[in-house]
Amino acid sequence: MSYKRTRGYIGFLIPGVLAFLIIVIVPFAANIGISFTKWRGVGTPEWIGIDNYERAFDDTTFWASFQNNLQLVVAMTVIPTVLGLLLAVFLYDNITHHFGPRVASFFRAGFYIPQIMPMVVAAIVWRWIYQPDWGILNWMLNSVGLDQFSHNWLGQQDTALRAIMGMMIWFQLGYPLVIFMSALQRVDPQLYEAASIDGATWMQKVTRITVPLIRPEIYVVILTTAIHAMKTFAPVYSMTKGGPGKATVVASYFSYKNFFERPNVGYGATIATLLTGVIILLSVVFISVQTRQERLESQ
Amino acid sequence: MAEHTLVITPHKTPRSTNITKYFSLLLLTVLLIVVLFPLVVITLNSFKTEEEYFRNGPLSMPSTLSLDNVRAVWDRLDYTTKLKNSFMISLATALAGVTLSLLNAFALGIGRIKGRAFFLVFFVMAITLPHEMLAYPLYYMFKEVGLYDSRWSIVVIFAVLHSAFGTYLLASVFTAFPVELLEAAVIDGCNKLQLLVRIVIPINWPSLSVLFVFFFIWTWNEFFLPLIFLISNANQTVPLAVAMFQGQRGAAATFQSTAALLGTLPCLIFFIIFQRTLAKGIIAGSIK
Repeated sequence: MSYKRTRGYIGFLIPGVLAFLIIVIVPFAANIGISFTKWRGVGTPEWIGIDNYERAFDDTTFWASFQNNLQLVVAMTVIPTVLGLLLAVFLYDNITHHFGPRVASFFRAGFYIPQIMPMVVAAIVWRWIYQPDWGILNWMLNSVGLDQFSHNWLGQQDTALRAIMGMMIWFQLGYPLVIFMSALQRVDPQLYEAASIDGATWMQKVTRITVPLIRPEIYVVILTTAIHAMKTFAPVYSMTKGGPGKATVVASYFSYKNFFERPNVGYGATIATLLTGVIILLSVVFISVQTRQERLESQ
Repeated sequence: MAEHTLVITPHKTPRSTNITKYFSLLLLTVLLIVVLFPLVVITLNSFKTEEEYFRNGPLSMPSTLSLDNVRAVWDRLDYTTKLKNSFMISLATALAGVTLSLLNAFALGIGRIKGRAFFLVFFVMAITLPHEMLAYPLYYMFKEVGLYDSRWSIVVIFAVLHSAFGTYLLASVFTAFPVELLEAAVIDGCNKLQLLVRIVIPINWPSLSVLFVFFFIWTWNEFFLPLIFLISNANQTVPLAVAMFQGQRGAAATFQSTAALLGTLPCLIFFIIFQRTLAKGIIAGSIK
């Protein structure tokens, strides 16, 4: 027993913890502090208690931003997870089976390509597609005689958020696909064959065999992408600046505007704090549901 | 009767599965073309003149492979500077981030110091933290110490923020490190630093390089904090420059597609170089 694990190691933690204190802990606490003040970023902040929070609850823009964030969860989590799952099973089951794993990985890499871009660049690509005067979407609609459907996609209330969502689905699809395909390697192909012999349809195999077996990965994808959707900033900033009206405003962009454009730093800090609260709550609820589910299954 | 069926089935099944087989490949190919379509049209129109864009539409092949747009947009973006900025920032961040993660994980995973669980929870919480929560106080602090609008500000911030994930990942990798190896090294008279440099680092080189590639690409793709911290043109990164780029009157369509292409290309190159490493990383990342 000459080797003592716990002695002499604490020193290695000092740089990491100090850096964390300065870059994360202090700003985190400061932001909560600022949220209880009225402050324009210069001069002394004025303590106003929970006024900013009360204001947020009465602010229609605040509610619109969180509602839009929820819609973005549909675009980044719900649709890509479902599509990614179906596509992963299809690639793993049908394509690998008939054409071999190289063809399947070729498709997987292809669908993953949008994910490698910075999201803001993906947004710029789609802004180019949606451009009302010379954009390719309207151009294609006009050239097949569907002029009546051509539209100022990002410039109008009814389509702006949908247009951003379309970009996000495109951007996000590859992520669940790659994770689910690696998870599927755990699934015994004989299970599928046995199910087919018993007369199960393709869809039944997905819901009864695949989903229960790769449930841990499904949880991870849902949680990480939902958090990602709540933090959305770059597409809104570069495609619509939150407009028209409040049509595409999201929490992150709303706080940015209050921090740096109004400036109304106290209120910006309040929105950021509430957003953080929502994300922490989301993670805690989700992880406890997952743990309970796992415990039920292991019984 | 039974015999008869047995003879017929093998003939029937292959034909029907053949049709399904090629139909499913066709379907998938169509879907892949749809997904890649935006990137293909961006590329096509980066090599056309504006006049040609309006004459032949965005779907035609460029009549000549003109590099005029690329040259013009490259200059207007000051792309060489932006590439250099992005590269240096991402490189320095990845190096510093991996170093911090390594030191933390050495204490937590190999050293198993007291309060280990507490520290780990602390780092995990930081992984999900939205940057909006830290943005304004950081902006204020960095302004006070004169590091605002400096590329170093981004390096320092992201090295620390990324180290949260790095610490978590490496600590769990190190927990499985064989104790016999550590004991043998200590008996041979290794001190802690030698243990880290001579044994832990070489053996975990693959995990460290995955982490390095991940940090590099994450930093390259960041937008929100660089937008706040890098305001002068000379300090901006590629994604920032592309987002700020407004075409030019009379050349908006082709200039903007060229800018988008220049924003995409470096990432495509990273993807090709690091494809294997990244695949490992995505899956490692999913374990968090």
